[in-house]
Amino acid sequence: MPAQSSSTPEFALRLEGVALGYGDFTVLRDISMDVRAGQVVAVMGGSGSGKTTLLRAATGQITAQQGRVLAFDQDIGQTSSTGLQSLRKRMGVLFQQGALFTDLNVFENVAFPLREHTKIDEAELTDRVLDKLDAVGLRAAAHLKVSEISGGMARRVALARAVVLEPELILYDEPFAGLDPISLGITARLIRNLADRLGCASVLITHDVQESFAIADQVYLVGRGTLAAAGTPQTLAASQDPYVQQFLKGQPDGPVAFQYPETPAFQKWLSQQKGRKA
Amino acid sequence: MSGSNNAIAVLGHWVRSRVAAIGYFTRFFGAMLARSGIALSRPRLVSQQVHFIGNYSLLIIAVSGMFVGFVLGLQGYYTLNRYGSEEALGLLVALSLVRELGPVVTALLFAGRAGTSLTAEIGLMKAGEQLSAMEVMAVDPIRRVLVPRLWGGIIAMPILAAVFSMVGILGGWVVGVLLIGVDAGAFWSQMQNGVDVWKDVANGVIKSVVFGVTVTLVALYEGWQAKPTPEGVARATTRTVVMGSLAVLGLDFLLTALMFGN
Repeated sequence: MPAQSSSTPEFALRLEGVALGYGDFTVLRDISMDVRAGQVVAVMGGSGSGKTTLLRAATGQITAQQGRVLAFDQDIGQTSSTGLQSLRKRMGVLFQQGALFTDLNVFENVAFPLREHTKIDEAELTDRVLDKLDAVGLRAAAHLKVSEISGGMARRVALARAVVLEPELILYDEPFAGLDPISLGITARLIRNLADRLGCASVLITHDVQESFAIADQVYLVGRGTLAAAGTPQTLAASQDPYVQQFLKGQPDGPVAFQYPETPAFQKWLSQQKGRKA
Repeated sequence: MSGSNNAIAVLGHWVRSRVAAIGYFTRFFGAMLARSGIALSRPRLVSQQVHFIGNYSLLIIAVSGMFVGFVLGLQGYYTLNRYGSEEALGLLVALSLVRELGPVVTALLFAGRAGTSLTAEIGLMKAGEQLSAMEVMAVDPIRRVLVPRLWGGIIAMPILAAVFSMVGILGGWVVGVLLIGVDAGAFWSQMQNGVDVWKDVANGVIKSVVFGVTVTLVALYEGWQAKPTPEGVARATTRTVVMGSLAVLGLDFLLTALMFGN
């Protein structure tokens, strides 16, 4: 039972000239992007480039410092807390670390959104949960405790939980991190199949170039505090932009310095460290 | 001059932060009470917590109750024997346990055992982004996670205090009647005559309910406020024991003055 609204909006997620950050500190500025139903959109960028901040804005965990974040044509920054709750019911989120509930077993973790937001009977609930666990290859792990499964398995359970309500917008934060090659390929195909079958919009926050280029319709590359490039995987692959080239080919030299820049605070610490007696 | 100004500023900051913390704590309690409807609409969530929280503390409370009963039996006998009124031993043991030691010692042990577990659990749920995940799923973590635990603690505490008092009375009986040889009939009949259901037992139950609210609330608040790091959770669990125990002892004095004064 997908949680479809009566009128499907054109854009599941839309960012219009958004600046994001924490307190006075701005992480990303001037970000505009669209995600339509059925589309798989990859948001890529280096570590610490602000990808997860973007996801937090999409779920309403942080508000935009500038611009508008629209989910299903509604401005998240302007909506009431009840309105935000109903928007969140139409989203599924896969957290970077899985964020499985440690007091529940694998089955109950996946069943959690169904128990909280639907009134289906136990038999149907069991079927739906086992079906989702089957899709991530963990049907027979339903009875295990969260502490008894590996990190990769936990992420697959979290994936099953994110999609169990068959939401209209699914946000995946690093869905490929920590997965073995077999699970990685299956997960990528699963994300694409869900988008095609349910017509849901999918946003992948990732830095895995190969897998995301294989399944994405549109790619946004964030870097240097803003949107560095956007386009289809083919356009980006053909781009001559030095930042895009460096990121896609993983080159150490280019516009992005591999070394963390030295600051006066570091220089001060270093001189104190060298002055210390053994 | 600037030194004294600085001292005033530090004091002012300290007072302000304490007042703010009390305000936040009160709002936190209010937020949980306002969401307590889930305890009625989904009682299974609460009964699960009563089971978990009760299990955490049952053994330590039963064993402690037994030793406290042994000691009360011995000390009570030594003192009462001086006045030739050792047949009042049952009454002394029962009143000491039902009025004071049952609720207080149970609450202190509860803070150390179940309270720390609750704080660590909530703190680790916060550190593992579980509470954020719940919020993003449009599920209120205060309603879904904290409220059932609060009511679980409130229900479990009087039951545990009753277990403590019961085992303690049996401990007093073992030492007084079986080992020392106080008359069994006098031991039980004095207790039956002297312990009032309302004045003694009900007041003891009220005390344990108040302590249940206090200790569980402190434990949940500390977990909720904990910095999501290993050090933050470790500090929060220590604060649960310190603040929970002090609050129980302070409240016990207040309640005793209100309940048993003439």
